[in-house]
Amino acid sequence: MDVEILSRIQFAFTVAFHYIYPPLSIGLGLLMVIMEGMYLRTGDKVYENMTRFWTKIFALTFGIGVATGIVMEFEFGTNWATYSRYVGDVFGSALAAEGIFAFALESGFLGILLFGWNRVSPKVHFIATIGVFLGSVFSAVWIVVANSWQQTPAGYHIVGEGTGARAEITDFWAMVFNPSSMERLMHVWLGAFLAGAFLVLSVHAYYILKQRHVELSKKAFKIALLVATIFSLGQLLTGHKSADGVAHNQPAKLAALEGHFDSLAVADMYVFGWVNKEEQKVTGLKVPKGLTFLLHQDFETPVKGLNAFPQDERPTALNAIFQFYHLMVAIGMFLIALTLFASFQWWRGKLFEQKWLLWVFVFSVLLPQIANQVGWYAAEMGRQPWVVYGLLRTSDALSKAVTANQVLFSLIMFTVIYVLLFTLFIYLLNKKIKHGPNEEELIDQRPNQKDMVAPFERE
Amino acid sequence: MEFLNIDYPTWWFLLVGAVFSGYAILDGFDLGAGAWHLFFKKEKSRRIALNAVGPVWDGNEVWLVIGGGTLFAGFPEVYATMFSAMYIPFMLFLAFLIFRAVSIEFRSKEPMRWWRQMWDVLYSVSSVMLAVLLGVVLGNVLQGAPIGADKEFQGSWLIFLNPYAIMVGVTTLALFMMHGAIYLIMKTEGRLYAKIRLLLRNAIIFFIISFAITTLYTLIYIPHLSDDFKQQPALFILPLLAFLSIANIPRLVNKARYGYAFFFSALTVGLLLGLVAIELYPTLIISTLDPEYSLTVYNSASSDKSLGIMLTIAAIGIPLVAGYTYFVYRTFAGKVELDESSY
Repeated sequence: MDVEILSRIQFAFTVAFHYIYPPLSIGLGLLMVIMEGMYLRTGDKVYENMTRFWTKIFALTFGIGVATGIVMEFEFGTNWATYSRYVGDVFGSALAAEGIFAFALESGFLGILLFGWNRVSPKVHFIATIGVFLGSVFSAVWIVVANSWQQTPAGYHIVGEGTGARAEITDFWAMVFNPSSMERLMHVWLGAFLAGAFLVLSVHAYYILKQRHVELSKKAFKIALLVATIFSLGQLLTGHKSADGVAHNQPAKLAALEGHFDSLAVADMYVFGWVNKEEQKVTGLKVPKGLTFLLHQDFETPVKGLNAFPQDERPTALNAIFQFYHLMVAIGMFLIALTLFASFQWWRGKLFEQKWLLWVFVFSVLLPQIANQVGWYAAEMGRQPWVVYGLLRTSDALSKAVTANQVLFSLIMFTVIYVLLFTLFIYLLNKKIKHGPNEEELIDQRPNQKDMVAPFERE
Repeated sequence: MEFLNIDYPTWWFLLVGAVFSGYAILDGFDLGAGAWHLFFKKEKSRRIALNAVGPVWDGNEVWLVIGGGTLFAGFPEVYATMFSAMYIPFMLFLAFLIFRAVSIEFRSKEPMRWWRQMWDVLYSVSSVMLAVLLGVVLGNVLQGAPIGADKEFQGSWLIFLNPYAIMVGVTTLALFMMHGAIYLIMKTEGRLYAKIRLLLRNAIIFFIISFAITTLYTLIYIPHLSDDFKQQPALFILPLLAFLSIANIPRLVNKARYGYAFFFSALTVGLLLGLVAIELYPTLIISTLDPEYSLTVYNSASSDKSLGIMLTIAAIGIPLVAGYTYFVYRTFAGKVELDESSY
């Protein structure tokens, strides 16, 4: 295997593994802010115990998220040196802003969130929780802006020629608000909120089924259900906006998402199907002229298909892109149905009466995760063969000083480490869930101010 | 473009230097504390040592993320050349960074002896290796590398493993172990405190010897690094200050004024990196093939437009970061007290 394919596999693998964790942190962050806010409002200990319990699980996801996140930043330099030279001028400001505004905020307050329960007042602790949540939300802003710039470059010009060419920023705000960044950001945020909410739903549904921590779990379940319902519905909107954007900005990607080949024809929309690249057709269940209707609200306007683009300017993994995209959409629809049904049951006062419904929630924790993953696969594979759409090809973006053996070494290394890491994560998550939230009255261990020795006093 | 008569690339060079100094000072004591970890035999001692860095190591590591980001943003050519040239050391660095993070996180989750011993060893080995690798990278930057006209590295991938780089690596480890021991002393009491006091003495000796050897080697075998000082004798104030700062540490330790000793070991880290910055400027990576090919702050910087934007971001962001970093450290000031949320 050559450097290109190995580097692509390594980046895809490390970023996909990383992306299990940040959505959980962002989503749990939101839930923790709500739970702790409820505690401050009502003074009910149940909410404090709930927050403390989720803080511990948050710590686990956050720790792995940070540890696996630095990997990508380094890989830009180690594996994608030409890419770094090319985009550094533009990409750099987004990355710098992410570090300074997001990561520092998040990690700074994390110490207080995790270890400060007995050291600061409840209000200050709540501020720390909000700080960590905002930090994680901001980090999504900057990285999605940077990625969206790769999808729809804006606010730049090209200087130099041939191998020396690179993009230089001309307008910071045009780069930040590039044509796809805001709609993609909304889509990513909501996906993250859902990942967190469904983890909370799953764990507390399990407790209710097992008759443990029932009072606490019912309260937590309702909070998470509210969040999940709102954002499942919201995702329909942001998803539609995103697809509209893709149609407008990256027509080749849109054609790949729906397996639309004819260079200019009215396009169908598939519920599911199978793409045959050689015969250029899709077999499956379709809504005739559905795509045309969704994009143009009529049944006549033609949509550009794959054949409208030169062979070397369209994605190749067509069936995979199609399947990933449709899986994401299907999961989204299922989550809407599930949360609406559960909310209806809640309204009828029968939320916790059907065991099967609770069991569905126990296993649904995987669905937003899968949707987040495959959504990104479709977005990134659909951008190929470009790493920066229309400007820089993935095959031109590699490091010239790196050999295939070096990448093979690091790929094996990451595989071993991440398999180990994932096993431990599942094991510890399971253990924490088995242990459950603390329901006893907590003793106030806040020390007196005079107990704290200042470091500059004489010993 | 210029601000206060200093051009943007130089400002950004100063900023990158400041962020990496911040990282070395902050994560330096975490790594140093980690390196000492196996010297503590009792479970309670290890827990206290771990919880001394517990609430802050994560925030400290973020300085590395920001440092990488500022280097990438301001000097993309340097970032690309350096990271791809030293592929293997950076990959190992990532592995140890992950191991350290998960060791801290996972150690306390099971009570079994073998479980805790396993994470303790991994934690300590990772901390040592991270310190050494940071030094190895620095050593290679100081020596220079075969960089071609196209700004690409043209050597063998094993070139990073050379005696000088390893020497700088060991010195970095010694410096961090001294720094970390002082931090731990501030955070402990009783017998553990007494034990670390003894360890600190050894650490100071270890550091002074390895630092002296590295300095001599640099002066004799890499003479071009001291050119700036020969031309501008006024700059000698900096090595002098570094020397005084180092000499001050054992003095303050003997007087048991650890807060000040910690301040001076932090200052030492900063001054030594300041020396490195002066020795290098305006070059970032020296080409051993032809000085013409060296990567400087001018031929490898982002555009003035981009640097201007990012300097604005930094001017807004850094006071904020400093503010809440101060708040976090104040919250956790004083001796470690284990409670139900500790590791």
